Amino acid sequence: MTTDTHTSGRERGYRRGPRVPEGARGERLLAGWLATGRPAELPDHLARYGGIPAFPARGGEHPLIDAVARAGLTGRGGAGFPTATKLRAVARGKRPERVVVANGMESEPAAAKDKALLRLAPHLVLDGIVLAAQAVGASEAHLCVARDRSGLDRDLREMIAERRYNGFDPIDIQVRTPPHHYVSSEASALANWLGGGDAKPTTTPPRTAERGVTGLPTLVDNVETLAHLALIARYGPDWFRSRGTAENPGTTLVTLAGALPAPGVYEVAFGTPLREILSLGGAPRDAQAVLVGGYFGTWLPANHAAALDYSGPGLAAAGASPGAGVLAALPSTSCGLAETARVLEFLAAHSARQCGPCRFGLPATARDFAQLAFERCDRAAWERLERHVELLSGRGACKHPDGAAQLAGSALRAFAPDVRRHLRTGPCPAALNAPPLLPTPAAEIGDGDWR
Amino acid sequence: MSRAHRLVIDRIACAGHGLCAELFPEHLALDEWGYPIEVPGPIPASLTRHVRRAVAACPALALRLEAARTREPSSDAVPRDPSRSTDPVRTRR
Repeated sequence: MTTDTHTSGRERGYRRGPRVPEGARGERLLAGWLATGRPAELPDHLARYGGIPAFPARGGEHPLIDAVARAGLTGRGGAGFPTATKLRAVARGKRPERVVVANGMESEPAAAKDKALLRLAPHLVLDGIVLAAQAVGASEAHLCVARDRSGLDRDLREMIAERRYNGFDPIDIQVRTPPHHYVSSEASALANWLGGGDAKPTTTPPRTAERGVTGLPTLVDNVETLAHLALIARYGPDWFRSRGTAENPGTTLVTLAGALPAPGVYEVAFGTPLREILSLGGAPRDAQAVLVGGYFGTWLPANHAAALDYSGPGLAAAGASPGAGVLAALPSTSCGLAETARVLEFLAAHSARQCGPCRFGLPATARDFAQLAFERCDRAAWERLERHVELLSGRGACKHPDGAAQLAGSALRAFAPDVRRHLRTGPCPAALNAPPLLPTPAAEIGDGDWR
Repeated sequence: MSRAHRLVIDRIACAGHGLCAELFPEHLALDEWGYPIEVPGPIPASLTRHVRRAVAACPALALRLEAARTREPSSDAVPRDPSRSTDPVRTRR
């Protein structure tokens, strides 16, 4: 096996050995930023990585898809799905025209990794889009980012124009700014919006790989996934697997948030103990629990979380997953039930209200959870809450209600002593007085706000 | 005709009329807002007539009957026929 991959590595001429630029702790995507302390402009990027590697057409499957499969790259947007499987599905699409969508929406309020990547190493993402488009045979590519005042969309358009002017990109990447609601960054919602519809999830199947933007086979990949793909194209699957675990290879970006002295975006190898990752953000100040994944994630008691390895299988042992890469430490001065209640209210407000669970079940769950957190919660409300959380999963067109149920259910388990105290004596002082830790941007979404 | 089936519910089209549970209580219950809750698993051939009645009666045309799969596809196998595919790819952000 090893001999095999080495041979094919030489055949394809992957750049190897000491020429691979990595950071002091093996960072890959952030290597340029760590070396220079400034965002990589095109000349920096070319000096560090060279141009986009050429993959000569040989008929049959594009060799990059095989490289991605052997690298074991998984999606970094939240679902962790094998990237090569998606590439294959789109490349085998029945229509000759295909579309690539790079998802940089990052609608997860506690996450900052995609924005950081698009700021610090944008050309890795742009390379990844061009390479993915070649691999699946797409002639149309969109890069979706949030509508905000940061000017990120304008800066990206300028970079793309510069690359086009220098003759790098065979396709014209369109920077698009869909609505920034939580559910609008789901793959089918993006495809629907790009095709002229509302930025709301659609019924699957068909999946976007089969029928996406204007009915064409569409690859929707997170921007970090595409940046890793750009490095695999250069350095090969063996290099990619030299960090991380066998089941979950490579590095990944995480956003450290909450009760840490140095929160922010860090790059770690999969399999790194959570204790070590949290200590990158400075020693956690008396953390009682950690939110793993994001707002579709899992609350775990701090000592339980710290003992886990950060990888798909490592977190699955505790019923959690890397999700969108958020790790938020909850200080002992905060109330986990109050934090969860605010997030559930946010998720209920950000749903598309298309299916039963998001029209009724999720708002009811959020209301009852708020009663548990902030008011006197009677027996009836508590029993209703338990029943509704149970009923949210697997009953929507997308996974929005499932994600909310995961968060709510894990909170009831991780904060079980607090639940008993709240039920017995009403809200704790922290619930009423501690400042909110997790960001929950206020949203009043009207019918016309989905275009 | 003697095959097992599975019921596919278009959750967006479903408007909570609740007729399906009325006509096919063997596999469907309603939540307190009238939206269906499914019993997991395939529908045996003995119930095909009942489930067909429920599919036909849905005022929102939100129900569809498909041949039940005999086994789940491996994560590497991409179903070719879209009408039979499950939905393993559900990406967020």
